[in-house]
Amino acid sequence: MSRRPHVRKQYWNEPEMGLWEKAYLPEILRGLWITGSIFLRNMGKWVTGRKGALTTYYPEETRWDYAQANRGKHVLTRRPDGTPQCVACNMCATVCPAKVIEIEAGFDPADAAHPKYPVRFEIDYSRCVFCGLCVEACPEDAIRMAKEVPNLPSGDRWSMWLAKEELLDWQPQSDVAKPYPPAPARVPDGERG
Amino acid sequence: MIADLVISLVFIGYAISVLMGFGTILTWVERKQAAVMSDRIGANRAYIRIPGTQVKLVWLGLFHGMADGLKMLLKEDFKPRTYDWYAYAVAPWVVFTPVLLVFAVIPFGGSLTPARLWEPLSAFFGDKTWPMQIATLDAGILIVFAFSGLTIIGAMLAGWSSSNKFSLLGALRAGSQMISYELVLGLTVLGLILVYGTVNLDAMVRQQSGIVLGFLPAWGIVYQPFAATLFLAAAIAENKRIPFDLPEAESELIAGYFTEYSAMKMGLFMFAEFIEIAIIGALFTTLFLGGYNLPYMSDAGFAFPGGAALALPHGAVVVTQLGTFLLKVFLVCSFQILIRWTLPRFRYDQVLMFAWKFMFPLALANLCVTAVVVWAVRA
Repeated sequence: MSRRPHVRKQYWNEPEMGLWEKAYLPEILRGLWITGSIFLRNMGKWVTGRKGALTTYYPEETRWDYAQANRGKHVLTRRPDGTPQCVACNMCATVCPAKVIEIEAGFDPADAAHPKYPVRFEIDYSRCVFCGLCVEACPEDAIRMAKEVPNLPSGDRWSMWLAKEELLDWQPQSDVAKPYPPAPARVPDGERG
Repeated sequence: MIADLVISLVFIGYAISVLMGFGTILTWVERKQAAVMSDRIGANRAYIRIPGTQVKLVWLGLFHGMADGLKMLLKEDFKPRTYDWYAYAVAPWVVFTPVLLVFAVIPFGGSLTPARLWEPLSAFFGDKTWPMQIATLDAGILIVFAFSGLTIIGAMLAGWSSSNKFSLLGALRAGSQMISYELVLGLTVLGLILVYGTVNLDAMVRQQSGIVLGFLPAWGIVYQPFAATLFLAAAIAENKRIPFDLPEAESELIAGYFTEYSAMKMGLFMFAEFIEIAIIGALFTTLFLGGYNLPYMSDAGFAFPGGAALALPHGAVVVTQLGTFLLKVFLVCSFQILIRWTLPRFRYDQVLMFAWKFMFPLALANLCVTAVVVWAVRA
């Protein structure tokens, strides 16, 4: 095979440099002017007590531009009397693709309308994929996803579980998704107990 | 005799602490300045917790330097299976030591008379005056070039003895690049030597404390603006930093000539690089920015162009000169970091072409023009 002399390939977008660009120094000074002015602008902000960076300090600061529909931390809704709306039907735990929800059901004979309630309701955020299927599966509108992300950064995986108490801390002023109070269920006397 | 020794020891201690301080602070300055330039915050998570409390001191990320140093000291000291163990072990020190030695001839202040600082000192020091410089040598700038030329031996040794092809390529690149730019560096300074008529650095600084054209301070950058630009570019190339960091180009050579070095041996290379930033700053300040003097200032005090003069006590002059020198060096260092985070890296052929076809002719032309002008003025 004969070797052909090397011909440099010409690209369609070959940059055309004039004498000004080839002199190199003016373009360098232009670049230094750009970076230097950005530096001075940001330093001016820092020394006057403002923030001169686009960065968000992640765990300490939350970003303001989460979408309203962002699927973040789970919340458990409550009835007007403060008890969790969850009836421990295990639908969310069943549909969960990552199998992160653990529910232990309890029986409360005093509440005739909702005798079943969760004793334990825990979510493992080290495995949660934030798909939102639990919210869709819930028949009682008991689990929702808030806009804010859970406070995840941590040194070990066991502190990334959220228990019922932390999930119940959502305190909306008014809830229009469901009429409150729900109509009391009528239970015949003979069936009680 | 004893007084000379004491003064020398004090100056040596000052110089070493200044260099080590600059080497440590510049790692932080480099990170933070790069971050501020690109709208970021920069490293700020290393902290020191006050024992027994939950109070964490962050101090703008200043502790990252300590964390890095500790990490380098505690890391595994990897040793490659090399046939030339001695050269491998000695290379970081060959890079590191000359960088420190260069500072010996740089004047970091005017003259010091201990008796005028504090009266009781005259019992021990007498009325003698010492120039604030470790070694008062007439050869000055020649010593600087002699020592800074030595660092290349360390780079070549490191690359050669690592028995790694990437290291060898990096060392070859370092060798060709540093020899090319050493030439430009020498030629740019020759113009300055013509103007000042001396190679003694302290004499150069004293000549720069005058006034030229009625109002401008007689700094080297006023006489030789062209040479100042070329000098800074060539000095950055000597230091092998972006845009001239071909010997350690990560995308091509992993880490270049110190690929096989780990832990504190690699730290020595990095530290030498950061101290050399400060050395370049000190050299540039001494040669082109009037050294340790503020504009219109000399050892006696200020002499403003309007004819007004302001005499200062000796202590104030000494403190002002030391502070001015540090400030100027810091500003030049900061400018070098600005360049490092602004310009993209050259291609390898472009680096040598830039040295031999662009900077070398320009430096020669600058030298010729300077020679003719100096001859015309003196005639």
